[in-house]
Amino acid sequence: MKRFFAFVRKEFHHVFRDPKTMLLLFGVPVAQILLFGFALTNEIKNAHIIITDNAQDIASKQIAAKLAANTNFITHQKQLNPQQIEETFRQGKVKLVVIFPPNFNHDLLHLQKAQVQIIADASDPNTANTLTTYATAIIMDYQKQLWQNTNLPLSIHTDMRMIYNPELKGITNFVPGVMALVLMLICVLMTSVSIVREKELGTMEVLLVSPFNAVLVVISKAVPYFFLSLVNLTVILLLSVLVMGMPVAGSWVLLYAISALFILTALSLGLLISNVTNSQQTAMLISLMGMLLPTLIFTGFMFPIENMPLPLQVMSNIFPSKWYYIIVKNVMIKGLGFTAIWKETLILLTATLLLMTISIAKFKTRLA
Amino acid sequence: MRALKFLLQKEFRQIFRNTTILRVILIMPVIQLIIMPLAADYEIKNINISVVDHDHSAYSRQLTDKILAPGYFKLNDYGTSYPNAFGQFQKDRSDLILEIPAQFEKTLVKENQANLFMAVNAINGVKALVGSAYLNRIIADFNAQIRANWIPNPQTGTLPQIEIATLNRFNPTLNYPFFMVPGILVVLVTMVGVYMCSLNIVKEKEVGTIEQINVTPIKKYHFILGKLIPFWVIGMFVFSLGLFGVARLLYLIVPTGSLVALYGFLAVYLVAVLGIGLLISTYSANQQQAMSLAFFCMMIFMLMSGLFTPINSMPNWAQVIAKLNPVTYFIEVTRMIVLKGSSFAHIQQQLLVISAMAVFFNTWAIWNYRKTS
Amino acid sequence: MSNPQAVIWADKLSKHFGEFVAVNQISFSVQKGEIFGFLGANGAGKTTAMRMLCGLLLPTSGSAAIAGYDVYTQTEQIKQNIGYMSQRFSLYEDLTVAENIRFFGGIYGLPDKQLKLKTDELLHTLQLHTEAKTLVSALPLGWKQKLAFSVAILHEPAIVFLDEPTGGVDPITRRQFWDLIYAAAQQGITLFVTTHYMDEAEYCNRICMLVDGEIKALDTPANLKKQHQAQTMDDVFYHLARTAKRTAD
Repeated sequence: MKRFFAFVRKEFHHVFRDPKTMLLLFGVPVAQILLFGFALTNEIKNAHIIITDNAQDIASKQIAAKLAANTNFITHQKQLNPQQIEETFRQGKVKLVVIFPPNFNHDLLHLQKAQVQIIADASDPNTANTLTTYATAIIMDYQKQLWQNTNLPLSIHTDMRMIYNPELKGITNFVPGVMALVLMLICVLMTSVSIVREKELGTMEVLLVSPFNAVLVVISKAVPYFFLSLVNLTVILLLSVLVMGMPVAGSWVLLYAISALFILTALSLGLLISNVTNSQQTAMLISLMGMLLPTLIFTGFMFPIENMPLPLQVMSNIFPSKWYYIIVKNVMIKGLGFTAIWKETLILLTATLLLMTISIAKFKTRLA
Repeated sequence: MRALKFLLQKEFRQIFRNTTILRVILIMPVIQLIIMPLAADYEIKNINISVVDHDHSAYSRQLTDKILAPGYFKLNDYGTSYPNAFGQFQKDRSDLILEIPAQFEKTLVKENQANLFMAVNAINGVKALVGSAYLNRIIADFNAQIRANWIPNPQTGTLPQIEIATLNRFNPTLNYPFFMVPGILVVLVTMVGVYMCSLNIVKEKEVGTIEQINVTPIKKYHFILGKLIPFWVIGMFVFSLGLFGVARLLYLIVPTGSLVALYGFLAVYLVAVLGIGLLISTYSANQQQAMSLAFFCMMIFMLMSGLFTPINSMPNWAQVIAKLNPVTYFIEVTRMIVLKGSSFAHIQQQLLVISAMAVFFNTWAIWNYRKTS
Repeated sequence: MSNPQAVIWADKLSKHFGEFVAVNQISFSVQKGEIFGFLGANGAGKTTAMRMLCGLLLPTSGSAAIAGYDVYTQTEQIKQNIGYMSQRFSLYEDLTVAENIRFFGGIYGLPDKQLKLKTDELLHTLQLHTEAKTLVSALPLGWKQKLAFSVAILHEPAIVFLDEPTGGVDPITRRQFWDLIYAAAQQGITLFVTTHYMDEAEYCNRICMLVDGEIKALDTPANLKKQHQAQTMDDVFYHLARTAKRTAD
């Protein structure tokens, strides 16, 4: 056991002596939390739109003023013909053009009907759709004002309550996602690389011929990353509680226990990668190229999994980060107990055992 | 110049010899480009709803049918117990609960007004907003329909109505992959460039062969060019593979703008990206360090590039970071040229910025490379 | 004893890293065709001294010339005239034997015709003809080092620097390696060798002992043994190295 701790200590030294590795271990989670918390949002704000007002009458001006007052829009008044609109979109800055026809107010009052045209740059369909919806709502609101005097019969009224995240903050959704993403990537990356590195430099042989169980050598490489990942987790949680003002609704103990399990899953995957590769470059490229985007997308926190085509929904199941994300959401945000997450926990546990078994089996045959 | 020839020969031999890495940098981007855009879809559909119906009237059933008709909503459960429905909610099986109170129909007819209750799972704020807006629209339609049935000659006919005609340019069907493919392609090409370039140079340091090179009469700039040119070629190749192989054949995206402008920009962009890779390698003693730095940079580049979330929605300080990010410009330019048919004239400003970045990163890298050896 | 006409010539050459004096005012000269041994414990400053002479590291003070070229100003000319083989293996493992020869010959500017000729000659001498298309990583260590040495003298340099060239090699292969070194010396190439192995020290024409960055002894192996009344070079080394204050690494 004394030897085992000596090995573990050696690994800690490797990590702590190197500021660049520390940057990866702690810089990445901190940067992610801060970016997701303060910089990134799915909402569409500050969009530049152009109002082409061919009417210049009271109604068009009132609607234009309403559009300008909305914080989602930055409005510019400009008379554009269709070709100019096309050209403006090509330059990339303007996302939407609202066009009032001549005699807008006149038609509205006398013909009871007038048309507004909205042209969107739909190369980004999400922005186009959202901005069109915003603009439509504002124009409809104006129409409602015109109707105000009339009292409508038979009104259905809807009370609405937003649960779990009443202020609709993006971070509520992002924190569990970032936890899954960061723990997954860093654990896999660090374990696989640190083992392959020893193989490549030839020091692995030295360790393996030492009077010391080979499996223990590998485990001793994983232990420091296990603890560092727990520290990492603590950093993320403290940031989200103290800086983002997002409390942990459920049990801290449960959250840590499940996180420890998830870290084990990721470490086992790292072990497996290290056993099937023999150069650092390959291990890194597989972990970096192969995992960053897929983990980001298939964890489900940026893009809802139920939106994906069925084969991809099925595929998302093999990403342990997806299950961990569901667990964290349940425990941390909804405050649920173990009964709500036992299924996901079982999946993680099975995955861990499976990955461990495969990598140990592979490891033995490699030595023989 | 002769030395450069031998260096290039050596680099290409080494790259083509390592089939594992070659496969990783060629096949992985292609597979990801095939799969990712299908998964990266912000369009909100398939919202699961629980209906709690205490009324069991004709109206409550009509309303339920109307909600399910357009296909946005999928009925998860229909019952009379709110706690049951909330259980489904907790398990994430439903995103929305609509509660129809007892006597809903009667109250509406008698008192001209009735209430519904809606609970929305707001963990994903955007989804909550869009979902509740859809539901409200459907309820409003239902309301209008009932009104029309009760009052055959509604006075709404005489009220002024504003009609809104919407036109979606460049992508009339609001096809999401159309937007994501160019962006993801740019990120993948950037990853190949930064990772390959930085890891490859550091590997020579770690193994010790760079020392051998340093005592030979090879000029430093020959050595650097010998490294940059192969990865520049690979970057060009991977981009073309993605653009013509995956985007064109699979997603049927035909670049509508000037290909010359696109490739001109790509050429300069790759120099900038490889400069970053080179810079990372000069600050690292071994591959693990290079990987740490490269991953950190790549993560920030990707998140702050406007790939998934709009840059205009970021706070000012974050927009500054996005503007210092080379990936931002190439994503913007690729989307402009491929989707909107922009030409050289439209991307001049971006080209200028990326050229400045290429000069900046390479100068810094070479300056630091000199200093350390 | 410094002679500006010598192939390697150093006068009060020093290198400081901040407060630390890695090499302290060393002076010596090496004649053409000589095998010059550079001995010292780990951390004695051998590698630092050698890197200065190769033009890899700028000296802090003192002067030195290699093949008549100044180490401060004429590093490019120095590089053209030296060969170098380091303790860390210096060939590309993922290139074949022939490709390595071609690459290193090529960057020293050998014309194509000569390159081909030299390659054949070298493969013949080393009896590696059948292995021309083998990856270097697949060769046994001894062969790798013989190959690395041969590649280092491919461009017929005036001087070859060998930094612990025989580390980790069995005694027989080491003997064969020294045969190559003698053959090179016969051709008039000057050899500058650092080593740990005291039996190897016996093979050198002259030896320089470095202790804590300073030269503690410089003479032929026979004279050194006589001076220190020792039977073997091992004893000489032990006697001198005992005075060291620096710990290895």
